[in-house]
Amino acid sequence: MTETRPTAGAVRPAGVSRTGQAGKTPPVPDPALLHAIIEASTEGVVLCDADGRFVMVNSAAARLVPELAAGDPPAAARSLFDRTCPVGETRHTAHGDRLLQVRRERFSLVHHAWYLRDVTGDSARTDALLEERRRNEFLVEASRRLSASLNTRRCARATAELAASFLTDAAMVVLPPTGRHASWLRALPDGTLQEGTIALGDTAAVPGLSEALAGFPPVPSRWLDPAQAPAWLMPEGFGQAGHLLVTPLPGNGVPAGALVLARREDGPAFDEADEILVRVFAARAGAAISAAVLYQEQSATNATLTGDLLPPALPPVPGVEIAGSLRASQQTGLIGGDFYDVYLPDAVTAAADPGRRPLLTLGDVCGKGTGAAVLAGQVRQCLRALLLLEGEPERLVPLINRSLLASPARNAYVTLVLGALRPEPSGHTQVELAVAGHPAPLVLRADGTVEELASYGSMLGVLKQIVVTIVTVDLAPGDVLLLYSDGITEAFGGPAGREMFGAERLKAALATCAGMPVAAVVERLEQISTEWLAHGEHDDRALLAVQAVRPAPRARDRERAAR
Amino acid sequence: MTGLTVATARYVELIGEADEYGAIDLVLDMIDAGVPAERVLLDMIAPAQRRVGELWAANDWSVAREHAATAISERAVAAVAGKVRVPPGRGRVTVACTDGEYHALPTRLLAEVLRLRGWQVDFLGASVPGPHLITHLHQRGPDAVALSCALPTRLPRAHATITACQAVGIPVLAGGRGFGEDGRFARLLGADGWAPTADAAADHLASGRLPHFPAPIDALAHLADEEYTQLARRRADLLTTVMGTLMGAFPPMATYSQQQLEATTEDLAHIADFLAAALYVDDTRLFTDFVGWTCQVLRARGVPAASVALGLRVFHDELAEFPRARRMLAAGAKAARTADDRADDGAGDTAVEGAGDRAGDRAGDRAGASAPADAYSETGH
Repeated sequence: MTETRPTAGAVRPAGVSRTGQAGKTPPVPDPALLHAIIEASTEGVVLCDADGRFVMVNSAAARLVPELAAGDPPAAARSLFDRTCPVGETRHTAHGDRLLQVRRERFSLVHHAWYLRDVTGDSARTDALLEERRRNEFLVEASRRLSASLNTRRCARATAELAASFLTDAAMVVLPPTGRHASWLRALPDGTLQEGTIALGDTAAVPGLSEALAGFPPVPSRWLDPAQAPAWLMPEGFGQAGHLLVTPLPGNGVPAGALVLARREDGPAFDEADEILVRVFAARAGAAISAAVLYQEQSATNATLTGDLLPPALPPVPGVEIAGSLRASQQTGLIGGDFYDVYLPDAVTAAADPGRRPLLTLGDVCGKGTGAAVLAGQVRQCLRALLLLEGEPERLVPLINRSLLASPARNAYVTLVLGALRPEPSGHTQVELAVAGHPAPLVLRADGTVEELASYGSMLGVLKQIVVTIVTVDLAPGDVLLLYSDGITEAFGGPAGREMFGAERLKAALATCAGMPVAAVVERLEQISTEWLAHGEHDDRALLAVQAVRPAPRARDRERAAR
Repeated sequence: MTGLTVATARYVELIGEADEYGAIDLVLDMIDAGVPAERVLLDMIAPAQRRVGELWAANDWSVAREHAATAISERAVAAVAGKVRVPPGRGRVTVACTDGEYHALPTRLLAEVLRLRGWQVDFLGASVPGPHLITHLHQRGPDAVALSCALPTRLPRAHATITACQAVGIPVLAGGRGFGEDGRFARLLGADGWAPTADAAADHLASGRLPHFPAPIDALAHLADEEYTQLARRRADLLTTVMGTLMGAFPPMATYSQQQLEATTEDLAHIADFLAAALYVDDTRLFTDFVGWTCQVLRARGVPAASVALGLRVFHDELAEFPRARRMLAAGAKAARTADDRADDGAGDTAVEGAGDRAGDRAGDRAGASAPADAYSETGH
């Protein structure tokens, strides 16, 4: 190995093959020519003999592996010239701060050469490209998941889970406070999810967190000294965090909380690229969370406003079972212009007027949607107030008419049925009905006969003078009185798709319900009606049914009813 | 027989007699005697309801009796729920029936089982329109939706609902016989999980196997032939045409009353709906199973399966440009003939034997084909 002394900038021929003697075989290239050819290569070339001794080293090789110039075959470069590597195979080997691509070729039995190329730059570019692609994929996935829900908790959860899957060892989202507390949600890379609340005062212990939650003053992300972090900021058993980053979630003009990222002590620190990514991610997450916060606020307001417009829970009325169903025409809401209600006399009225009967009503306001629902709610409320003074359907209907005529609402037209219930000890119930412009109520007898109560009367809210029809019906135990809106009978559909359901079909359907409890009757009729519509457009549809029942026969039931 | 089996038999008797108080007392007595509430729901009320479906299919019980019994079971479930309270300690789950799905009881049982196991449950009940469900999901943000579909005819709607839930980032656990006895339609339609029973569904949710965020799914490639779309769009016209052809092919129909004619149209509509569902999931067995069941139900009412085969043939001839539908109809006709042969051989089941004295009782009502399909799911199909 000592024969060869390659030096930088020069190639010295040494130990060149003697097999190519002149006259026997074609002439060997002149060593100077060979030298020039090797020297011209931009790849590093190291030519060796059978023992691995260097025969020629070009200057490119000497630049890549400066140790080659030092004289001794460099121990540090031994891994580069590993003769166990298969001929022709390319491998990458780190050498100093460079990454070299190394290949060995064999020439005849004696010589072989090493070809070296510096791929440090290529590799760094590829790594950067891959890293960039990973970040992009993460942001695409983040956008997909963050845009899905309008629910605050779901958005916070998606934010924490996304952050934990890509950015950090523990990610915590602290939501904008409600009152004196703030909810938080934490995700770990293994899929663990933790939730809780903290008192607003405690957030002051984390520098920047209070400001982030308040949305003012605007603060950038900040590093925290992990040693100063309060215990609640870390998951249990996480130990001391190595790196801690608090980033505000900027919402769309509304603060959306803060994101707290923690990496373990042995993990990498957040670098500048990380911080940029966190900022972009926080902007998207903040936008999603603040949209959800706004939606939740709106929908809570909406729920409060429409709460009284939803069909009421039906109170127990002695002697009868009552069931109702209301399907609104609008697809996303639950409210519409059809309504029903059941009123029991309050304690004062009952004491003053022992003969006062429970009252039920079902009606239909002109129009549909929110406007109609508001008017329907007003009618129900108006009736509730009137009942403090008046209990007779015959006199109540004209009062409602007057109230509607005085209403500032346009097109305040209503049709309805009012019924007063008088259960008798025999198990029969007498129902006195006032019908005002509404489809005629039906009665299902226990034997399956269906009677239509002849009753018309005027629509309310149109004329000062109205006609109210009063009918009284006697319900034997098991008999069912059915009130319904024209959305049921005027539903277009059926197998042919264009047919009106009609009163006859309703009567036929009701007849098949003989012997059923009233809840089953209503459910079955609603089902038949829905199937008739076959997903077509429809009006609001309301059903209210009353069944006379015998008093509960067993002690246990009375005991249960009392609970 | 175990005590629970005896109690279940007694319970079926009570709900069959519409004895609400008796049935509820029995259920509450079981709980007082120390039977876990979940067992009362799943090993007593659920099997009793399956029995109710069988009794209806065999024409032993009328529709009214079946509905009355089911209404009482609803109350019995409510009584159990009112008696046994469990503080919620797990996540939140929304339980709903597919749009158009009225078999709320099995779904209600699932809701109660989940509540008993400590979940916070929002039970939305029967036939939940897709937009209502999505609004609810935005407002409540549950960890999962348990979606029930008892009837295969609701599968296209169920698919729309599954996709919508996943679009708002909430995974769907599918259940109910409509998804196939092996859950194959749940997988096909991209549900994130499937469970055959209420307790299996509760176990599945507890296992945490549902993804936190559902992955987007592929479209159904077989829908590219548009046979489903066309059939659904032309349903009304098709039924009118088929009815007309059937009138010509089956002379006794000329003497039918209006009611009989409507019943026949309804039967044909069920064939069309099951065919559409079979096309949607590209599964011939879905259709032949329905035909076999229909023949069995009709036989119990004295109607020969040949009339089903006749109806299927008219559909087959009418749908000339629907090769996939025609293959299914041909398979259906074969299933109907097989059912008829079996009946002729006298190898019928108890449903047939018990029907002798009632033959004619409903037979006159129905010319062509099936029976209310809403009972399909309750008889083990």
